[in-house]
This record gives sequence, structure tokens and C-alpha cells, in this order.
Amino acid sequence: MRHDDPAVTWVEEPKLGLAGKMYLPLFVQGLAVTTKHLVSRKVTISFPEERPEIGNPLIYRGVHRFNKDDQGRVKCVACFLCATACPAHCIDIVGIESPWPDREKYPESFQIDELRCIFCGMCEEACPVDAIELTSLFDLTGRSREEMIFDKEKLLSVYDQTKDAEPMKSKSLGGTV
Amino acid sequence: MSLTTQTIEALIKLAIVAGGVMTAAMYLVLVERKMAGWIQGRLGPNRVGIPLTKIRLFGLGQPVADALKLILKEDVTPAHVNRRIYNLAPLIIMTAAVSVFAVIPFGSIIPGEGLGRENPIPLVVAPGIDVGMIFVFALSSIAVYGVILGGWASNNKYSFLGALRSSAQMIAYELPLGLGLLGVVLATGSLQLEKVIGVQADTGIWFALSQPLGFVVFVVAAFAEAARLPFDLTECEQELVAGFHTEYSGMRLVLFLTAEFIHMITAAFLIVILFLGGWHFWGLTGGSEDAVTWLGAIVRIVVFMIKILAVILFFMLVRWSWPRFRFDQLMNLAWKMMLPLGIVNLIAVAIAVEMSASAGASLPWIVYGWIVAVVAWMVTAVCSPLMTDNTARVGDATVGAPLEKAG
Repeated sequence: MRHDDPAVTWVEEPKLGLAGKMYLPLFVQGLAVTTKHLVSRKVTISFPEERPEIGNPLIYRGVHRFNKDDQGRVKCVACFLCATACPAHCIDIVGIESPWPDREKYPESFQIDELRCIFCGMCEEACPVDAIELTSLFDLTGRSREEMIFDKEKLLSVYDQTKDAEPMKSKSLGGTV
Repeated sequence: MSLTTQTIEALIKLAIVAGGVMTAAMYLVLVERKMAGWIQGRLGPNRVGIPLTKIRLFGLGQPVADALKLILKEDVTPAHVNRRIYNLAPLIIMTAAVSVFAVIPFGSIIPGEGLGRENPIPLVVAPGIDVGMIFVFALSSIAVYGVILGGWASNNKYSFLGALRSSAQMIAYELPLGLGLLGVVLATGSLQLEKVIGVQADTGIWFALSQPLGFVVFVVAAFAEAARLPFDLTECEQELVAGFHTEYSGMRLVLFLTAEFIHMITAAFLIVILFLGGWHFWGLTGGSEDAVTWLGAIVRIVVFMIKILAVILFFMLVRWSWPRFRFDQLMNLAWKMMLPLGIVNLIAVAIAVEMSASAGASLPWIVYGWIVAVVAWMVTAVCSPLMTDNTARVGDATVGAPLEKAG
């Protein structure tokens, strides 16, 4: 870019007043700012002992869970919309014919690779029956890659673990279920 | 008093000073990190306590852990360095930094009777050295050799640039430092640091009160000499990786870092001794000629240490308060502001000392000192030698806003 380019806007430095030239007011200003911060409340959370507050669990994107309906059955209808929506391709579904009269298919196996997952929430958005949801559990750890591939049972257990603390999102958001 | 008792006495003091300074340097690193954390809204290191237990002690174990880590780390000597000078440099800087404390008092005196001595024992390793201040200055100049040699021997452009900047900065700021000091020397008529404290204690007027201009000049120059922010151009991380000690690791790096911290401690000691009255505090400590009890001696030491800690905390607060100077601004500040201000202060003090019997320590002379300081400061502000013309130029012609107006 040339200096005489018409797109360049030239800004002149503001002229310093006497107070600015004296340096002392600026000096005091700087000290005042640091002193204020020195005594102010600290934002650090000492993690294992203190837990951070999750602002709104309804929009937080943590570990997945697999919702159950009121009869305790898995809600999923094995429609593959979540696996299609997933940008990280971390969902693997095997759907078979459903034993129940209210739907055609249900997942025989449903696996999410939590290590591949980018926690974008697309699966949750895509799901037509609100079967898959993201909870506010954020400190997910495991000792092996295999352990981090969550199957249907594990995802259902996440539901059991979090259902009291976090009601199903869609209901409280005025959804269909 | 035989030579042996004198030697033993000196050795004990030496142990106290060397041990005290090194421990202080270790723990001041922790204080600095804590302060940095607090100012940035963090907690700072607070986990390391007693090893193998869950006791944390607010992170007081951190310096020990740091020291252990640095000692056990591999000490890499790069293949391209000048080995002899490379090894010598940290030793020079460390020796110079610690030796300064030979003449710096760390208290007043303690009574000698209980210790089998007739006279009170002065709390300084080498008492009564008449060239005290010159000794301090000589050694702080030698410390520059450590920096320059270290940077040169490292055979690395960052180290080299850091060393060059450092040498320019140290030489530039040694002058205002000396000028700030000269005012005190004129007023006390002595180069002995104990005597400087004594004069302030007897008159009850600290030199910071009677020579405010000299105080400002000295403090600014002391910041630059200790290479603390906003004057840490010798090792500004954004530009020079780590400056002159880029190539150093392990124990040699520790020597450099500790020496830098000791420089800061020395600067704090000098500021307190020369301008803030040393161990003197009104109504608490008495004059320099008074007989001292054990209680009085301890009170003096405590007052002294509190003042030094306060100055060091100020050093640390300043670090996070202002941005670093650009190098040309740094030089402008030294040569165009601090040097003239120092000379003005020197002349003002010389006039005061010549005209008054009390060496400038009575009320009208204090007022005079403040008037000189304010007027000199105002004049410098209005002339503003620090202002730099940052207008964009192509060749000789300015570009940008002025050109636009013309067109």
C-alpha cells in the first residue's frame, strides 16, 4: 500500500497538554490502575477444589447424553440425522427394526467418539425427537482412546446422572417433547 | 580487640548479609510473581508448600522448588560460544552484586557489652569505609562487564544486541545516578553510607524532603541501573528473546537472574539510605550518637527493613504500571531530562550548603528545594525534550495529514 493511496486515512497524534507533558498525572494514573487491580477480587478458580459456575446449562455444550422417554426406553429412532449433521463424523449408529409399535427403527448400537467430537451441538440441533443432548459436564477424562468411545449404555447412564440437575432442554425451551 | 575477633565478627556479619540477601532474592521472586498475579486478577503461585504433604502455606515452598529445578537442570554450553568468557560472565556479575553489600549497612549498631565488647558493633560488614559510595558505584559498573561479556561470548545476535543496549543504558544512567548522589554527598560532606543515615537521623529531615529533585533523578536512574521495567530494554522478551542471557541455562542462568534481583535490592537499599533516612523514623529511633539498647537496635533494623520492603514493592508495582520506553526515548530521558535535572539539583544543593550552616536542612531551605524541583520540572515539561516527531515521512517531505491539507 502506497502512502498516497486514497484509501489510507492519516491520523494525527493528539497533542499532549501540560498535564501530559508533566508526566506526573499519567504516572499517578498508572499507579492507581495497578493498585486497584492489586486489591480487586481475583478471577482465578482453584479448579479441583472450586468448580466453575456454568452460566446457563441449557446452552452449554459438554458431554452428550441419550435421553429416555417416560417408559424408560431410548428415545432415538435411528434416523441418522445426527450422524449426517456431525461435522467431525464421530457418531456411529446401527439401526434395526423397532420392537415397539410407535416407531419403525431404533438403534441397536449408538457410539460417539468423544475424542473426535468438537462439541458443536449440531447433533442436538438435528435430532427430530430430542434424543441426543449436550449436558454441562465439562471435565471429561479417560485413560484410553477406547474408553472415550461412548456407547449407548454409557450415554444413557449420563442421562441418569444428569436428569435431575438438568431437565430435558426442549421441554424448558418450549419444545415438542 | 585482637585481629581474630575482628575477623570472626566480620565473618558473622558476612554470613548474615550473604545469607539474608540470597534468601531475600529467592523470596522476592515469589513476592514478584504474587504481585504480578494479583495485579492481573490471578492468585499467583499458591500450591507448593511442604513436599509430600497437602500443606500449602500460600505457596511459600515455591522458591525452594524453583531453586531445585534450576539447579538440577542441564547446564548447556552451546558449541559456538567463547567458553572462557562465557563461564566468567555470570561469576563477574554475581560477585559484583554481592560484594556491594560489604559497605551497605543493614541496621544501625548493636550494643557490644553483652557480647564482650566495649564499643557498640556497627551492623555493616566493613564499617567506617570512607569511600563507601564510590565502592558501590565501582562495583555496579563492574556488573556491566558481566552483562557485556556474557552477551559477547554467547555469539548470538540477541545476546549481543541485549548486551549493547545494556551497556549504553548503564553508562547513560550512571551519570544521573551519580548526580543524584552528589547532592547527598554535598549535604553530608561524607561518602560513608552510615554517616549519611546519621546526618538524616540527627536533623530529622530525610534528603527526599530537602532534595526532592535529586530524589526523583536518583530513583529513575536506579530503576534504569537495575534494568527494571519500564527500563528493561536489555532483555525485553518481545524483541530480544531474553537479551544477554539468551544462551545461558541451568546454574549460570540462576546466577544472572539472582544478580539482577540483588541489583534491585541494592537499589532499594541505596534509595532508603540516601534519601529515605535509613533506619531513622521520627520519634522511634533517636539520633545517631545516642546510646542504643537492644530494643532500640531491633526497632532500627525493623524500620530499615520495612522501608526497604516498601521500596521493593514499589519497584514491583511500577513494573505492571507503565509500558516500556523505546530505546531513543530511554536515551532522551537520560541525556535530555535526567542529566540536566541532576545538574540543577546539584547546583541548588551547592548553593544551599554554601549559604546555610545547617547544610540545607532547615525549613526555608526545604521550601527552597521544593521550589527548585517544581520549577525545574515545569520548565522541562514545557520544553518537553522527550517529545518525538512521529510524523510519517518520505524522504524529507512529510506524508499523511499535512500533505493532505496542502493538496
